[in-house]
Amino acid sequence: MTATTIEAPRSPSRPVKRRGVNWEKWGWIYMRASGIVLIVLIFGHLFFNLMLGDGISAIDFGFVGGKLADPFWQWWDVAMLWLALIHGGNGMRTLINDYATLPMTRGVLKSAVLAAVVVLIVLGTLVVFTFDPCPPGQPADLLPALCAAR
Amino acid sequence: MSTTTIAADRPGNADPAITPFTVTFLIRRFDPEVDEEPRWQDFDVEMYATDRVLDALHKIKWEQDGSLTFRRSCAHGICGSDAMRINGRNRLACKTLIKDLDISKPIYVEAIKGLPLEKDLIVDMEPFFASFREVQPFLIANKAPEGGKERIQTVAQRERFDDTTKCILCAACTSSCPVFWTDGQYFGPAAIVNAHRFIFDSRDEDAKVRLDILNDKEGVWRCRTTFNCSEACPRGIQVTQAIAEVKQAIMRGKP
Repeated sequence: MTATTIEAPRSPSRPVKRRGVNWEKWGWIYMRASGIVLIVLIFGHLFFNLMLGDGISAIDFGFVGGKLADPFWQWWDVAMLWLALIHGGNGMRTLINDYATLPMTRGVLKSAVLAAVVVLIVLGTLVVFTFDPCPPGQPADLLPALCAAR
Repeated sequence: MSTTTIAADRPGNADPAITPFTVTFLIRRFDPEVDEEPRWQDFDVEMYATDRVLDALHKIKWEQDGSLTFRRSCAHGICGSDAMRINGRNRLACKTLIKDLDISKPIYVEAIKGLPLEKDLIVDMEPFFASFREVQPFLIANKAPEGGKERIQTVAQRERFDDTTKCILCAACTSSCPVFWTDGQYFGPAAIVNAHRFIFDSRDEDAKVRLDILNDKEGVWRCRTTFNCSEACPRGIQVTQAIAEVKQAIMRGKP
């Protein structure tokens, strides 16, 4: 006698997932991947700003202006900005899912988080790539001292 | 003969282990026909150190208030009927010894959380079993077994899912999960543990289907790894680890 073949007792009542991108899964993977990259980016950022050279006393308008003139630091900062804001935004989304029970509250809070993330990413990216410490045609008394050297 | 001698050596009942003491229990009562909201009621019970919380509930029900309602079947930690929240932790009343609790303070006993409260310590377990059924917790092996009538498995293959076979479906893990408290749609740790048991079974042929089911919006990705479930499990199953292994399997696309 061989083992009897028995039909599956029932099909799942929850419809098996539609095809397409599984956001929940990619969100979960993103949190881990971006977390690892952010550790490198943030500690690299802190080490360069606070430890190297004159350390914290070197930080002034000129220091930041100088960094943002260098494409390396521009991309470093933009990567940090995008990864951290999406990481934080996604984390807030899961918190809202955990704590807000009414669909209305959920919707409002998640829209607010999304808006904040989008605005900050757009503004931040704009500033990093277009920042000019010495805008031309401005009165000299409004400009930092380093512009006089130009 | 020798026992008599030992008993004679002891003056009275001086051994503290066999002296009964009074323990106060605060039990969260709810009678749907009378109460609007659950209320705490206290009971003083004479207990021995070797007694369990379940013995206290029995004494209360049999000697003080027959209306006290709770589930229990085997009373030895196997049937999984008497999971309840004892001093804020989910445990089985039949496995919680009085001597392991701080009896200088009242012992709080209430129903497990996150499932609809029906009466006193009884909750409606149907949502819990619904998500258990959802993961198809049965062996799916439709191919004829190779060369005979048995589906042979090595010791290592059996060991792979040994931990999750211990589940007794008491719901202590699922009802300790903060994600489950706020989102009843989440499968919950117990359902994932029971899916794990078959996903990693070498004889099973439908791991893919179960992984697809758990790859849902309300599936394994909602797990926040708070470890409440692992701490609550009266069988000592490493629940959080099992969930993490299912996550890894979903990412690989195979067990």
